[in-house]
Formats: sequence, C-alpha cells, structure tokens
Amino acid sequence: MSASTGDAVLPVTSTPAIAQVEKASKNAKQKLTSPWASLVAVVLAVVWTTPTFGLLVTSFRPTADIGDNGWWNIFTHPTFTLDNYRDALSSNSGGLGTNFINSIIITVPAVLIPIALASLAAYAFAWIEFKGRNLLFVSVFALQIVPIQVTLIPLLSLYVKLHLNGTFWTIWLSHTMFGLPLAIFLLHNFMKEIPRELIEAARMDGAGHIQIFFRVLMPLLKPALAAFGIFQFLWVWNDLLVALTFAGGTPDLAPLTVSLANLSGTQGTAWQLLSAGAFISIAIPVVVFVSLQRFFVRGLLAGGLKG
Amino acid sequence: MSTAHKFLTMLEAVGLFVAVVGVILAGANRISGRRGDRVVAAVFLLPTVALVGVGLVYPALKTIYESFFDAAGTKYIGIDNYHKIFTDSDQLLVLRNTVLWVVITPFVATGVGLVYAILVDKARIEALAKALIFLPMAISFVGAGIIWKFVYDFRPDQPGVKQTGLLNEILVKLGGSPHQFLLNSPWNTIFLVIVMIWIQAGFAMTVLSASIKAIPEDIVEAARLDGVRAWGMFRYVTVPSIRPALVVVLTTIGIGTLKVFDIVRTMTGGQFKTSVVANEFYSQSFRAGNQGLGAALAVLLFVLVIPIVAYNVRQLRASEGR
Repeated sequence: MSASTGDAVLPVTSTPAIAQVEKASKNAKQKLTSPWASLVAVVLAVVWTTPTFGLLVTSFRPTADIGDNGWWNIFTHPTFTLDNYRDALSSNSGGLGTNFINSIIITVPAVLIPIALASLAAYAFAWIEFKGRNLLFVSVFALQIVPIQVTLIPLLSLYVKLHLNGTFWTIWLSHTMFGLPLAIFLLHNFMKEIPRELIEAARMDGAGHIQIFFRVLMPLLKPALAAFGIFQFLWVWNDLLVALTFAGGTPDLAPLTVSLANLSGTQGTAWQLLSAGAFISIAIPVVVFVSLQRFFVRGLLAGGLKG
Repeated sequence: MSTAHKFLTMLEAVGLFVAVVGVILAGANRISGRRGDRVVAAVFLLPTVALVGVGLVYPALKTIYESFFDAAGTKYIGIDNYHKIFTDSDQLLVLRNTVLWVVITPFVATGVGLVYAILVDKARIEALAKALIFLPMAISFVGAGIIWKFVYDFRPDQPGVKQTGLLNEILVKLGGSPHQFLLNSPWNTIFLVIVMIWIQAGFAMTVLSASIKAIPEDIVEAARLDGVRAWGMFRYVTVPSIRPALVVVLTTIGIGTLKVFDIVRTMTGGQFKTSVVANEFYSQSFRAGNQGLGAALAVLLFVLVIPIVAYNVRQLRASEGR
C-alpha cells in the first residue's frame, strides 16, 4: 500500500433516508434476480478464499500426508494433527517461537512511539499558530512519498556509528520515522474537525495545553488513534524489508516474517512448518483487523495509506 | 537475549518515550500567552522534525549522492549506474518486469474490486461477502506469498506421484501435464502479479464500495426512469460518479506495486528472471555488495513515484474545483 492520497477525503456513506432504504431494498431484489451476477460474485469469493483455506487445512495435516497428496484429500480421508503448530512454536532450532516473541517485541513500541510523538506534532499543527506552519506541515506530509528503500543504507551506517546495530532500537526507530508522516497527517485531519469553540472555551477556563490535550482532545481522537494504530500495527507486524535490513543478520532479533521468508526460500520446502508458521503470523493481524475493522475502513477512506 | 530480557527492553523503550512526552507536556503547561505558543509549538514539533530529518531527509539525500559512486562507494563515476540500469540486459529485464507489475496490477485489482463491489452491493450477505475479499489485506505479503507458493506447488509428472498444488492438480485432472509456474519466464512474473492482485482487490473494493453507496439515489432513479439498463448504468452513472475514487485507488495500488519486494523475495527470491526494481535494490545493496547500483535503483523508485503522485494531486484538485 502506498503514500499520499493528498487531502483525499472520499465521499463517505451517510445514513440514507428511510424512503431510500425501501428503494434500495427494491433494487437489491432486482439485482439478486440476475443469476449471472450472483454466479460471478460466488466464483470470485471462492477463488479469493480457496488459497488461504488450502494452506490452513494443510497446517493441520500430518507431515507424511502433506508430502504425499493434496489438501483436498481431507474431504475423503480426514486426518488432523496439532503437531505442526507445536513444532512451529517451539524455540528449538527450526522453530519459530523466538521469532513470534520478537514480532511482539518489535510491534508494541513501533506502534506506541509514533502515536505519542505524532499526537504532539498534530496538536501543534492543528491548534497553535506559528510562522511557517503550513510549509512545515506540507513538508512533513510530502515525506510520505519517500520510498523506504532510499533511506535504508544511510540509516544502517548511522546505526552502526551510534552502536545501535544488533538491537531492537534500529527497528523501533526506523518504523517510528517511517510512520510519523502518515500518523501526523491522519491525526491532524481528525483534530481539525474538532470545533474551534471547544478548544477556545477550554482556554478561557484557564486550561493549559496539557489539559486540553488529555481532557478535550483525547476522548474525541479515539477513532483516529485506533485507525492509525491499526495501520501501523499491520504495517509493522507484516513488514519484511525493514526487519530484513536491520535484523536480517541477527537471528535473535528476527521477527516471524523474516524467518518465514527464509524458510520459504530453502530447498525442499518444509510445508508442515511453513503452513503452521504462516498461520501463526496471520492469526494475530486478522483478529485485530476483524475486531477493529470499522476504524480501519474509516482511516482508509480518510486517505491514510503508506508504503 | 532471553525472552524476559527482551520484554524488559521493550518496556524500557516505551517508558522512555512516555517520559519524553510527559516532560514536553509538563514543560508546555507552564508556558502561557501568545508568545509562549510559539515555544510550545517548537517543543511539540522537535521530536518529529528531528526523527524525520535524520530518518528520511538525510538518508534520501545521502542515497542520491551515493548513486553517483561505484560499487564500493569510493569513486565518483557520474551517471554510470543509471546508464547500467537502462542498458545492461539483466537490469533491462528487471525494468520490464516492473513495468508488467505496475501496468497489470492496478487495473486488474481495481476492475475486480469494482465488479465485486457492484455485484454484492445491497445483497443480503454483503458484509460477509466483502469480508472474504477484504481479508487478504490483513495478511502479510510474506504470508500471501507462502499461500500462493503452495497453490503453484509442482510435483514431477511421474506415475505414483500426486500433485499437491491446487493449480497443477486441476491441470492434471483436465488431462494436461503439470507446469512449473514459478520457473518459466515470462509467465512466472504474471503468476507473482496474481498474488498482488489478490491482496489489493480488497482495498479497491472497500474504497469503491463506499463511493458507490454515496451516489445520490435520485440520479440512479432518474437514469432508470429514462430506461438506462444495467450496462448503461455502469458506464454512464456509476463510473463517472466514482471517478475521483477510481483515480485514488489506481494510483495508490500503482505506487504500492512499484515498491513490491516481499512477494518476489518470498516466492522466487528474484531468481528465474522475476526480479523487480525493489528486489534488485535489495540484492545489489545487501547481497551483491554493489552500493552504487543499489542506491541508483532506490533513487529510480523515488523518481517513478513522483509522476503518479503528481497526477493524483492534480486529479484531486480538478475534482474539488468542480
């Protein structure tokens, strides 16, 4: 996914009037009567879900079966086991247990730190008048288009100079830097929507920046924080390039994505390990995603994308 | 490092940043008045400007500078690296593949997303139907690569050997012989592109679906009273109404596709003539040890993104001006 949809505030669905709802349901009936349309939709849905389903089924099959025949055979010869997950999660050689822990260690600060720093910056951009404000805001926003590839080598040598290489700090700091432009853009947009009178009234009452920030803005900003939080979470958890660059040579720091990519590249692919490992790495973002989907969609429609 | 030690380091990091923000807020709270506001703004922006400066601006400039140096980064060689990208046969292949990715992915993913959004619009199980297509967005490119590598899995065509990849099983059942999907160029690039389409169609569908629902019902009704049928409705009502959203979706997917790395890395490692610019950047910089060429490839990515973004911004201006 990628950068900068400008001030792309797309038309968001509003609640339709009741008369429209009735009309809409009439339309729906007309549409569903077209068998071709339904057929195409069903075919697309099946094509889109089958690959994932196939690997999911495989992750529960005994190793011998996986190597011998296709996953669709479980419909005729159902054999299931949890061994693949036990092996994948173990911390022994070949196991991904350590990498799973690393993914968590990497993700938590890499989501929280940019949120904290971006909240401060977005507040300054939205509610404090100062010279050069617009220029600085546009500059920070425009940095979203910088591909991270352009930054990796100089950053790596900088980390080496600062003796940060071989620590989680390289990954935390990098994700923070790459995430800030989007975070500031999203939070700023939401903050601007808050009525000025609310802030002015709080100021009149003698509230300082700290009170305004926590008492007035925070409760109203929850959806925005959640939207960016999910973006950044998915981005960091699923990232390969940053982790490979800064932790690729240090197995002790490598997250799931790095070890899965390595496993996938080896000869004679160990599908039993790879399938279970893939689903361990997929499960957490999917759960977060499904439970917080409305925030994600709202963020998506507010133009929040990065890459 | 032990697991406990790792968690401790993590808590330290979070704690450190909470403390930094706390100090900044507490300091800002003591300053008041209009002039004080400027100080507060400066303090609030300081961490961001410093991090973005060190992490994005400085490295970008440094990389542009280094793209004019040789493999070891010691000798100035002018535009030789760029010259190589556009003349060397391996590099031209990388460019060709990147063009294939960027031309095919946005249009097919957007097409599928649009068709699906229209088909399931107002259907009884719309939410579930959408979730099925949308879910790949939560899956990492690495995970998607593994899922599809399994679909493309190949077993030699010998008696007693059964296919384990779904696609080859279908080929064999239809009477054909199994195919090395990821090995034979140039089709293997297309099979990698399919994975990206699979991921991005959900994004296209979500944005376009919201946009379709925002089309005023009276326009649709008026067109229907004028006798506009399904295809006409799509061509003359739906598409023009959601044009700004279509542009955003196409350009966003285009930029994301330009930088695609994980899928290629996971599925073929850039072998069998499947490398793309972002993967070649990684290989040259970190595997082949050619810093100069790696830097030039990264700069190329940067340069290619700019016209797409410029077009996007212009379209947005135009649609807002109307």
